[in-house]
Amino acid sequence: MSESTPPEVAPEHPLLLALRERFPDAVVATHAYRGDLTAQLAPAALVEVCTFLRDDPACAFDFLSDLTAVDYIGAAPRFELVYHLCSLSKHHRLRLKARVPEEQPRIASLVSVWRGADWLERETYDMYGIQFEGHPDLRRIYLYPEFQGHPLRKDYPKEKRQPLVTVRDVPEEQAERTEARLRERYGRWT
Amino acid sequence: MGPSHPSTHGTVKINLKLDGERIVDSQVEVGYLHRGFEKECESGEYYQAIPYTDRLNYASPLINNVGYCLAAEKLFGVSAPIRAQYLRTIASELSRMSDHFTCIGASALELAALTPFLYCVQAREQIWDLHESLCGARVTTNYVRIGGLQSDLQPGFAELCRSKVAHALDLFADVDNLLTQNPIFRERMEGTGALPAATLIAYGVSGPLLRAAGVAQDLRRTEPYLIYDRLDFDVPVGTTGDNYDRYLVRVEELRQSARMIEQALRDLPDGPVDIDDPRFRWPAKGKVFNRMEELIDQFKLVTEGMRPPAGEVYQAVEGANGELGFYLVSNGSGKPWKCRCRAPSFSNTHALRDMIQGALLADVIPTFDMVNMIGGECDR
Repeated sequence: MSESTPPEVAPEHPLLLALRERFPDAVVATHAYRGDLTAQLAPAALVEVCTFLRDDPACAFDFLSDLTAVDYIGAAPRFELVYHLCSLSKHHRLRLKARVPEEQPRIASLVSVWRGADWLERETYDMYGIQFEGHPDLRRIYLYPEFQGHPLRKDYPKEKRQPLVTVRDVPEEQAERTEARLRERYGRWT
Repeated sequence: MGPSHPSTHGTVKINLKLDGERIVDSQVEVGYLHRGFEKECESGEYYQAIPYTDRLNYASPLINNVGYCLAAEKLFGVSAPIRAQYLRTIASELSRMSDHFTCIGASALELAALTPFLYCVQAREQIWDLHESLCGARVTTNYVRIGGLQSDLQPGFAELCRSKVAHALDLFADVDNLLTQNPIFRERMEGTGALPAATLIAYGVSGPLLRAAGVAQDLRRTEPYLIYDRLDFDVPVGTTGDNYDRYLVRVEELRQSARMIEQALRDLPDGPVDIDDPRFRWPAKGKVFNRMEELIDQFKLVTEGMRPPAGEVYQAVEGANGELGFYLVSNGSGKPWKCRCRAPSFSNTHALRDMIQGALLADVIPTFDMVNMIGGECDR
């Protein structure tokens, strides 16, 4: 897996220049590829940089389009958080990235900056097992609580099966009857 | 309410805490249709993800096809011929119409008006007849290809398209007459589900919901892709952002889509629909069977897939419900290292809790209808 995106030989975009000037320590690298602007951040500075990007009138990134992670298995740090920002008034976009290690996959939550980060962070937690510190309600969003592991990690096999869970929220006898019927019908009931 | 409540379309569960009829608090649970879209895409070649995109928003499958292929083309650094761009635009607008017909019809049905639903479904059938003419399938279209299209138009498509779209709008005129000034419908829709524009933006809500609140955000206008910069169209916006405005915005968008389709049909240029590059499009079967080079090209495409340079791109298109984005990461191999779909329904459904806070239980129905959560897209 190649680590970095090949930089394009083009004059630096003013937005990236301004960001690097404002946060010389927090912004590790910047580049533009196929017209997409990207800034690599030190994870500790995420909330500070994002708050600036939202509130600064020249940036005005009021809209968090997307939040996800990429698993660069074998690399250190292993996980990369990817944030896609958009400005509805300035019509420009920016991608922020921050790496977190495999042993402690945790980063600050952005719910205080954009409320839309709430579900997106829950999804990223569900799929990659990344902990978002300060998230008000960090639990799985798609999968059920008994699910083992995080399926979008590259070391999670695609064909892996999970044990079925017991019937919830019903009286005990009814649950037993349902499970007996399912056992009879499908045979496989763990 | 849910996961399969008779008055909600889409599989979602809303846990409600009530004080009489008044909603004190709620919790929206999604995930019932999670199929592992991203995991599946990462295990196949780039072009093998296209059929999966049909199943994201199955009310407007062609927009998903277009969005994914535009993202892949951006990653590969190629673009489809101009005729294909026109046809993709026509396809996208047809899909937008079918999505809005579905949304409005289902909403009327869930507000106990059966007839508009039947008319809307009939109008949608006209659009799906056109899907069928484009690609042979009505719902699972699989029409757009990286660098081109599955096939060029059937003879007589332009006339068929004009008559079917006109027929669909005729049918919809009846729906408009039945609903827009209907006192019962307006009572349920007006003043319900509204949120201030700033809250919607903070939630990442996009599409008709955001435009109904007065924000003229439409990627076809603000970040034009395909040939939208050559088309003349209006971006309807609302004022109050309530469910009635959302409905009106969708009604107007239907008419604008028909306008765009007419313009694109009028200006449709001749020429190939596929890029002339053996790295992307399969050669014609006759050549594969009879010529050495085309045989090699086909063999390499099948065994190795398309190999983009290492890099990452994000491409967003205006889906029927808002910003539909695809984020692709390549490590230089034939399979995407990461294939992420930014689904508008996901962010829109996220804001549902705030939209129904303090409202009456009965207001959940029109609000959920206008959010138009599509399970396949929201849950991926």
